[in-house]
Order: sequence, then C-alpha cells, then structure tokens
Amino acid sequence: MAEWKMIDGYEMVIGLEVHVELKTRTKIFCSCSTAFGAEPNTQCCPVCMGFPGTLPVLNEQVVHYAVLAGLATDCTIARYSKQDRKNYFYPDLPKAYQISQYDLPLCVNGHLTVETSQGEKRIGITRIHIEEDAGKLVHDPEKGTLIDCNRCGVPLIEIVSEPDIRTPQEAVAYLQKLKAVIAYTGISDCRMQEGSLRCDVNLSIHKPGEPFGTRTEMKNLNSFQSVQRAIEEEYRRQVEAVRKGEEIVQETRRFDQTSGKTSSMRRKENANDYRYFPDPDLAPIVLAPDLVEKWKAELPMLPDARKAAYMSDYGLTGYAAEQLVSDKALADYFEAAAKSTTAPKTAANLMITEVFRLLEGEGAVIPIAPEHLGKVAELAETGAINSGAAKKVIAALWTHDEEPEDYVARAGLRQESDEGVLRGYVRRAMEEHPDMVESYHRGKVNLGKALMGAAMSLSAGRANPVALQRLMDEALQQK
Amino acid sequence: MSMIDMTLAQLADGLRQGEMSSVEITRAYLDRIGQTEKKVGAYITLTPEMALSQAEAADRARQSGETVHPLCGVPVAVKDNICVEGVKTTCASRMLEDFVPPYSATVWEKLSAAGCVLLGKTNLDEFAMGSTTENSAFHLTHNPRNLAHVPGGSSGGSAACVAAAETPFALGSDTGGSIRQPAAFCGVVGMKPTYGMVSRYGLVAFASSLDQIGPMTKTVRDNALALDLLAGYDRRDTTSVKRGYTPMGRDIGRGVKGLTIGLPRQMFAEGLSDGVRRAVTHAAKVLEGLGATVKEIDLPSLEYALPAYYVLSSAEASSNLARFDGVRYGHRAAEYADLEELYVKSRSEGFGPEVKRRILLGTYTLSAGYFDAYYKKALQVRTLVIRDFDRAFEDFDALLGPVAPTTAYRIGEKSMSPMEMYLGDVHTVPVNIAGIPALSMPCGADENGLPVGLQLMGKTFSEPMLYRIGGALEEALGCTWKEATL
Repeated sequence: MAEWKMIDGYEMVIGLEVHVELKTRTKIFCSCSTAFGAEPNTQCCPVCMGFPGTLPVLNEQVVHYAVLAGLATDCTIARYSKQDRKNYFYPDLPKAYQISQYDLPLCVNGHLTVETSQGEKRIGITRIHIEEDAGKLVHDPEKGTLIDCNRCGVPLIEIVSEPDIRTPQEAVAYLQKLKAVIAYTGISDCRMQEGSLRCDVNLSIHKPGEPFGTRTEMKNLNSFQSVQRAIEEEYRRQVEAVRKGEEIVQETRRFDQTSGKTSSMRRKENANDYRYFPDPDLAPIVLAPDLVEKWKAELPMLPDARKAAYMSDYGLTGYAAEQLVSDKALADYFEAAAKSTTAPKTAANLMITEVFRLLEGEGAVIPIAPEHLGKVAELAETGAINSGAAKKVIAALWTHDEEPEDYVARAGLRQESDEGVLRGYVRRAMEEHPDMVESYHRGKVNLGKALMGAAMSLSAGRANPVALQRLMDEALQQK
Repeated sequence: MSMIDMTLAQLADGLRQGEMSSVEITRAYLDRIGQTEKKVGAYITLTPEMALSQAEAADRARQSGETVHPLCGVPVAVKDNICVEGVKTTCASRMLEDFVPPYSATVWEKLSAAGCVLLGKTNLDEFAMGSTTENSAFHLTHNPRNLAHVPGGSSGGSAACVAAAETPFALGSDTGGSIRQPAAFCGVVGMKPTYGMVSRYGLVAFASSLDQIGPMTKTVRDNALALDLLAGYDRRDTTSVKRGYTPMGRDIGRGVKGLTIGLPRQMFAEGLSDGVRRAVTHAAKVLEGLGATVKEIDLPSLEYALPAYYVLSSAEASSNLARFDGVRYGHRAAEYADLEELYVKSRSEGFGPEVKRRILLGTYTLSAGYFDAYYKKALQVRTLVIRDFDRAFEDFDALLGPVAPTTAYRIGEKSMSPMEMYLGDVHTVPVNIAGIPALSMPCGADENGLPVGLQLMGKTFSEPMLYRIGGALEEALGCTWKEATL
C-alpha cells in the first residue's frame, strides 16, 4: 500500500461507522429467514413488512451476538439498554421507522489495537448498537421501482469508532482488524461484496493542535480499496477547498468507484430530523451480569491472542503473525498445519508467500490438506526438497491434493545433496560455458551466478542450492 | 325472555343446557341488526354468512360432545381496528377502506378458538382518535339511548351495538378512555384492563404504550367472563405480561364490606355536570351503605395527566401511522409526479382532519429542540401519575370517579372544537398513563335520561376487585342492563 503523504501540514481525522450483518438464522423481530440471495419477497411476513397491528419480538440471538462483538472489542456491556425508533420516510422502510438504539446502546467504550508500518495504535470504539436492515429497491426500466423486502429486518450491528484514525492506512488496518475480530466470534460472515460488512467514513481535516474541522460523511463503502480511495480523495478535496478559502460544509457525500471522486448527496440543513424516541412496543433490554459472563466464556481465542501465541510458540515475526490471524479460517488452517509438522515457521512462510498468492477472493478455501502443507514445509526444512521445489509442490497440490512425498517422488523433485553428483553438475556447467569461466576470472564475478544457474538447470532444479553454490565457488577458485 | 335481551351468562347457560343453538342466537341478533342498524349505524362491516357458518360449526362442536368453551357459539362484535383475517379492517379510515389483513389479532384467535361467532366490525373514530365516533370516515353512529346524541368514542360502534342489543358483547380498545367513555355514554359496561393483560397483536396501533383491548358487555359479570377469554400472555406481544389468571369474576357476590374506596378530589372538581356529579356521588353513598369505607383522596398529578397524555399519545401515533404511506397497502393517490408527491397526496387524501392534527402534534413534539420540553416532560409526568396511584393503592382497594364530565353530547355539538373534546378525556386518561385497570359501568341517568357512567380504578391486575365492587354496585343501584328502545 502506497504511503499517504500529508499535504500542507493538514492532518486528517477519521471516524468509521461499520455495519455488520449478523448471522442469525431468523430476522431481528420475526421468524423469517435471513438467507442471502433468495427470490425477491419470499422471506418476509406481515411483521417485517410493517403491516398494521403487527408487533416486533426481539430475537435474543441478536443481543447475544451483539454482546459477543462488544466483548471481543473490550466494550463495556450495558446492563440496561433500550431500542428506539428512527423515523423517516423511504419506500425500503416499511414501518417508516427503523428500530435502532439511540442513547442507550448495548455496548460502549471499547477499542481495537491495529498494526501499520508506523507501528501499533489503539483505536477507540465509541459504541455498538443493534438495529434492523431496510429492504432493497430495484430499479427496473420498464416496471419502475420495485421493493424487495427480504432484507427488511435482517439484524445489524453498527460499530462506531472514535475519531482516532489519522491515515488511510490506519483506516484500512482498523477495518481489517475489526473484520477479523468479528469473523472470529462467528457472529457474521463479514463479506463486504455481499454487503454483510459496510463502512461509512466520517472525515475532517485540521492542523495538529487546532480544533477538528467540519466533517463530511461518505456512506456504504463496500471494499477496503474503496475506503482507502475515498479517504484519499476526500482528504485531497478538503485540503484544496481550505486552501482556496472555501468552507467545508457538513454533508453526506457519495464516492464514485469509477471516477474515484466524491460528490455531495445531502446537506446537513436538508438532513432528516429522525425524531428518535423509545420504541413503546419493545421492553428495555436488561442483561444479568452472569449471562454476560457466560457469553464471555464462549468467545474463541481472538486475533491478538493468537498473534502473540504464534510469535512465542513458533518464533514468527509480528508482521507474519498478523497476516496469518487476519482471517480465522486461515489461522485455523495454519494451526492445523503447524501442529502436524516439525517445521511450523517454514509452514507459516509458505502460507504467507505461496498460499496467499494462490488464494482468490473473500472466503475462498485452501484446497490442500493442512497436514500436507506441514509436510511440504518439513521436506523443505530438512533439505529433502529445495525452496523452488516447494513452490512447485504447492502449485501441483493446489489442483490435485495428494501426499506431498508421492508427488515429489513422481516429479523427481527430491533435492540432490550428494557432493559427487553435484560436482558433476558444476564440472559440466563449466565445460559447457568456458567463455563464462574465462570472463569470470578476468573479473566479471557476476557470471558466477549464471554458471550457478546453468548447474542448477542441469540438476533439473533439484540440486541443494547451498551445497551447489559452495562447490561452484570451490571449483572457480581452483582454476 | 328474548335471546337478544339475554346476558352472556344466560346465553352460555342456554347453550350448555341445549335450550338454544348458536345458529338460533346468531339469527336472533342478525334479525335485530336488520331492524335497528339503520337507526344506530354501529357497524362498518357485517359478516352474516361467516357468522352463520361459525354458528353451525359451534353447534356441531357442542353436539359432538367435545368439551367446548362456555362461550362457544356466542356472537360478538369487534371494533374495526382489530384485525380478523380475511375481513376488512378499516380503522374507519379512507386510508384502509379496502384493507383485508392476511392475519388475525390474537384476541380474535382466542375468541375464534373458543367458538365465538363474528357478527361484524364496529364503527369508531378514525384510528381510534376521538370521543364521539364522529371522526369515522364512513358514517355516524347514533347513541341508542337517544339517537340525537353521539355514542361516545372511539369505541362508539361497539358500545352502541351492545346498548342496542345488536350483539351480546363487543371488543373495544382504550387508549385514553375509548372503551370507558362510550360505555358510559351508552349505558353499558366496559373494562380497560391492566396494560399488558391483553395482547395488542393485531390491534392497529394508535399509541402503543397506552392501547389496550377490552370487553364491552351488558353486565359486570358478563364483562368478567369476556375478559377471562381475552387475558393472557402472548409471545407475539412482548408488552404482554407473563402471568396466569384465575377467573376475573371470582369475587363477584362477596360484597364490599370492609373495603376502602377513594374519591379522587381532582375528579370531582369544577367542570363536572350536575347530573354526573349526582349519580356518581350517589353511587359512593350506596357503597358506604353496603359497608365500604369511602374517603376523599388527593391525586395532585392528575392535573397534568391530560396534557401529558396528548403529548405521549400523539408522539407515538405520529410514528405508528407513518407506515400508511401508500406504498405497500392502503390508499394510494391516483396520480403523483414523484415519491414525495406519492406520500403527500396519499396521506392527505387518506387521513381525516383529527388524525392529521394528532400526527402534526406528535411530529412537532418529537422534533429536535422540542423533545425535552414535551415528550421528556410528559414521561416525567407519567412517572408522577404512576407514583400518585401507587401511593393511593397503599390505602385504598379502589378509586371511584366519573368516567366523563358530562353525559353524551348531541351529535355535532363538540365536533368543531378539538380542545373541548380533548378536555372530555380528563378523567379517563390518567388510567392509561398509569397502566392500571378501570371498569366503567352505568350508575344512573341525568335529567335528560342519558346514562351516567362511573369508573372504578384499581392497582395493576386488580380486575377481580373491580368486578367485585362493580357487581355489588350494579345490584344495589338497580342499574341492570335494558335493551335500548328503538
């Protein structure tokens, strides 16, 4: 990621609001399914469609999951919280109010620790509250605007950060960490493409030591990349505006993926007055401390704890460990591989280089059994195969998983360490390239590498590179 | 005795003993409706075919020898803001003129499971907002005791059809007096149960924290029988209370000796008509004569209950009625240029003036900058009212007061003055604000022969006590139900 550079001493101040769709089986206030991708309006009922006389009944699982999110981010869990109505008219909102939480959210005052190239930083989490999703409007050129109510009432949590973020890198690192932590708790799929994790960016600029500037909001960013680009662009726009002596207005702005520009959507003076008030249909949420304790015990080992364990148990660097823990499935995979092998550090390196390169997209599955990866690492570490061969083995197993040793034997990749044989390759390489040998001795020592390459080719890439290099050096010195 | 003059208890006896069938009873009431409904106008929708087929089913169930509910086969009328699957539920509004809910209210499911027979859906003030039923978008309902007068409201249709013997009992809903005041105006018995006793699922919400469904009947005992059927926790309404109930009428007949009954001074202050004051004071004397201790009591917060009620109920209404936007169901303007116009025209055309007034009022009080001064303040008053009642019930078994300051208004008398209309709710709204139960029952008549109603208020879930006192009063006053002469 390119480092962002401060312009004219203006610092950006960012707070993020992240919406995460919870993976409950049923909706927040009725028993309709939350499954993604169903035919329009097949997962709705009078309750989630806001028919007159119907009443919401809070899904307890939603509270449970939201509390897990709060516990995983070191929040204080409110013993007493309530649900409020946020009133506004829009066709995707059947009741004309969204049930959310206003002044007494479920979780408050948490934080996440993120790591960027600048080091570790703690980002505060102001609050986490529960709310319902709205429906989806589909604009059809012939039929007009159609409403799909399948999403109405799908449970969400909104995670609001403190304005602690100062660079696009920190914003992305925070999002990645948040996504990892949430995914670890198992309460959401956190798939940005499917919209189960969406991000709003609040951004202002100021000079350090001066008060914060007026902020703008960019809504519904659905990839790490668009978050970063939107931040960079909006920062640039605000600095330019301030330089020209223009005033920044508080407003909601849209980020256009294709143009990479932000444009005004709605000014504050035109903003809705949501007329929040406590929803009289729903009793306050009162949580017994022992229930919260019980839920706390359910939390799995979280990314930071795993990272620390990888560093101490396997001697991994902070950077490598952070990469492995960024996704629970990857971390689980790594742990399975590490447990099966005598070479966990090599397994980690193979994952970060080869496996990450081959993995495509969110939620993709590694098609190699973890103990096979462990075995490849072991073969590499013991010198049975060299590092180039290890790459080949992983690539081959990716398309057809099998015992690595079987493949190594069949493909003839076992490393050649017999000095007699290796001397033969060295000799032949020198015989085939007398000109290079001569030039080498005249001072073109670079050609040693070319000769080394020739010898390696003669071994079909199987030669032990360390031993081969030593023998090559010896042979060249003797001449 | 004609079946239309029988009480629920008598009909239940007759059915049990095989003296009459549900079909016979149902036909008798449908005939009565045929004779009197043109004058009264209590119903919005009649369901005679459905009623007869339900009556036949009830008779079959009884004949088959299976255990049936005592009220199996008894007809009922349901206020038209309570959903019955497949039957129009209009809320007396153009907005829902053709709305047919694909689900039933929990109360109707209970009645239906017991084998009750639906005669029809009754008229009301649009979305239950009003005190005369004149705010119905469809037609007037006349007070069967005097057709030139209003039946009260908002459950005016339900009260009128019980008074006119067009049903043995009816369901109403009470947000600020909408069961008790029409019961008083029409000379019938109505109960506003403890908030949370009866499920609100399927009741089209006016003000969710105040709304409660309750029965309207000919007698106190009938009322207890009907409430037995309605009360109970419902998992679809999380504001309904998880608790069991013993028969509501279990203490009727135990008399009032030794009970202490309070008369809130604030309910007997100026503004009370002579006729009402005389009848209610007389009832208090009668109770004393029966051996109860009757004392005056101060409930200072009652003075603020009315404004608090109008702030809270309008705020909730403005949000509850926002869903009527012309998008998914209900009235939609025929032509509109854009989304904004679709909303504005559909809602302007669909709602009547009183509903619009409350929506505007509620929207205003919830708006940024006004919330603390109105809504929050009203919540504080609510706490004070609850506290005043709590304190009163430490010393009193029940409180007695008038239901309304006057007897039934003449049709058209108050419809031009909303403020005057609102003031008529002064004695009923504190009960809703506090969530306590109150029984409204006839206690005599004024100089024009119009019924006067009194209300007995008790602590939460004290309905059996209110029926006990009400039963004793009913007997001692001789205010037994009489069919309206039409």
